Amino acid sequence: MATLHTRTSARLMMAPAVILLLAWMIVPLGMTLYFSLLRYNLLMPGMESWTGLDNYTYFLTDPAFSTALANTLLLVAGVLLITVAGGTALAVLLDQPFWGRGIVRLLVIAPFFVMPTVSALVWKNMLMHPVNGLFAWIARTVGLQPVDWLAEVPLFSIIVIVAWQWLPFATLILLTALQSLDEEQKEAAEMDGAGAGSRFIYIVLPHLARAITVVVLIQTIFLLSIFAEILVTTNGGPGVQTTTITYLVYLQALLQFDVGTASAGGIIAVILANIVAIFLIRLIGKNLDT
Amino acid sequence: MGSILLENVSKAFGEAVIIPSIDLDISDGEFVVFVGPSGCGKSTLLRLIAGLEDVSGGRILIDGSDMTGTPPARRRLAMVFQSYALYPHMSVRGNIAFPLKMAGENREVIERKVTDAARVLNLTDYLDRKPGQLSGGQRQRVAIGRAIVREPGAFLFDEPLSNLDAALRVAMRLEISQLHQHLKRTMIYVTHDQVEAMTMADKIVVLNAGKIEQVGSPLELYRSPHNLFVAGFIGSPKMNFVNGIEAEKLGAATVGVRPEHITLSTSDGLWEGEVGVAEHLGSDTFLHIEVKDVGQLTARVGGEFTVRPGDKLFISPDRDRLHRFNEKGAAF
Ligand SMILES: Nc1ncnc2c1ncn2[C@@H]1O[C@H](COP(=O)(O)OP(=O)(O)OP(=O)(O)O)[C@@H](O)[C@H]1O
Ligand SMILES: [Mg+2]
Repeated sequence: MATLHTRTSARLMMAPAVILLLAWMIVPLGMTLYFSLLRYNLLMPGMESWTGLDNYTYFLTDPAFSTALANTLLLVAGVLLITVAGGTALAVLLDQPFWGRGIVRLLVIAPFFVMPTVSALVWKNMLMHPVNGLFAWIARTVGLQPVDWLAEVPLFSIIVIVAWQWLPFATLILLTALQSLDEEQKEAAEMDGAGAGSRFIYIVLPHLARAITVVVLIQTIFLLSIFAEILVTTNGGPGVQTTTITYLVYLQALLQFDVGTASAGGIIAVILANIVAIFLIRLIGKNLDT
Repeated sequence: MGSILLENVSKAFGEAVIIPSIDLDISDGEFVVFVGPSGCGKSTLLRLIAGLEDVSGGRILIDGSDMTGTPPARRRLAMVFQSYALYPHMSVRGNIAFPLKMAGENREVIERKVTDAARVLNLTDYLDRKPGQLSGGQRQRVAIGRAIVREPGAFLFDEPLSNLDAALRVAMRLEISQLHQHLKRTMIYVTHDQVEAMTMADKIVVLNAGKIEQVGSPLELYRSPHNLFVAGFIGSPKMNFVNGIEAEKLGAATVGVRPEHITLSTSDGLWEGEVGVAEHLGSDTFLHIEVKDVGQLTARVGGEFTVRPGDKLFISPDRDRLHRFNEKGAAF
């Protein structure tokens, strides 16, 4: 797109797609914004009335709101930490030549294909269950008191479950990035006297920086809206210990039939997502340049 | 400091034997060039010496001590790769300083050595740039800088100039030769360009299919090649080979005559031929002459020699500069 002419025609060609995408985004957003300014309860259909910003006040002053906000951020940060660190480690391992590498790679990717509800149920009933779970059995075998994971450390448990689901994604992206690392660069570093550790820190990690950035940004988008895993395992509890913003919106909309406040919550979630995005872009966005 | 001895070194990748067995003695301070056609195992041999590849058999001695199983970093060798293999996220300074940092040198020493290397290689103005912002020649110099700061016993170069344009190759060729005179360290240089080999080497090792065909100084190889392969490989344009009856008349199965050892005449000579193509280089002219019963011959004449395609000429090889080979291709 070098000349003025090609640039103009390129814009014309792109216009339909851009307009469609814009409409796709603007219409639901506009409706949510509109509902968030109405007093709109599904139990009282036809009684909608204008309330201004009251819905926002309700949502923001909800006693669960600050906990939900903290939970959301903790969940995102925790899962990112585990998946990026674990994904890098796994990618480095899977990049080594060993017997049966193809099958192991396939197995590592497998969790990504399991539906969130299914995997959450498996974790809840087969792994973390205080009586029937694998972890409890292990604990008893070595003579320890089994932990009731979802009751005692509910948020941590959910972080583990979600991280397990997203680990393959991080591993896959980081593995492809790793494979694009020039072999001669590693050899040069080896000749330069860098041991395995130094090679990882000075050659491999900088090379992975961009891929890690991509993983963090993409995952953040999805992690901010984690819902199924919470619904299936803890229902936001005990108390509000695992209630996130997304879950709070669900509580408002479907359990209290309050579409107005739920919409206000949705808008707040959008604002939160943007704040997180700006923060992340500031922090690591420079890795994406060139 | 940097003598290298290969004893019976062999290398196979699985079933494929790339290097059957090589013995080679490289003395300290020598500039040795490995030449050979593509795929003959030059890079493999260099990587064996560097330790980036394990030998399948034999021993590698550096400074008299057996280094066959020693990891690359402890062989005190530095390597310049064909792709330069610079670290893209580090500045030029970071790249050159990297081996020193890995060796745990302190900050002032690193700073001093990097500055010195940059001065020698004309990189002072580029120290804070990233490799991506440099030209090919500058990248090449950074790669060399990274090698020299370590003060290694020997340098290994794997076709370092093959990514550069013709003019820059000539300039860098000279720079590397000057560097060799300045540092007086052993250098092993891989190339498939026989001009580079001839101009730079103290000693040329001609490789073919993983075997050493001949080892010698450039002029030795030029004057008395041991076999047809070396004769054909060294010298530009290539040596002319004559087979059959005409060769038998001269007492050999194959006779080799270099293009520059041919006398042309319009009146009389050994063979008569017709000029095909004339390549004018200015200083020289290469004539491709079709001779009956002999085939096409290349002759090198002065630039002022004017002929036109189709002209008839008489050709006489210089009798005392003929190369004679037996049926097996060995010189006698
Ligand atoms: N890792 C490897 N596994 C199997 N075969 C290899 C490997 N590395 C090199 N070879 C083979 O060894 C032979 C010699 O390769 P090498 O790279 O040493 O050639 P070269 O002389 O450097 O050629 P060029 O001038 O093209 O660089 C080739 O036939 C190549 O296919
Ligand atoms: Mg090579």
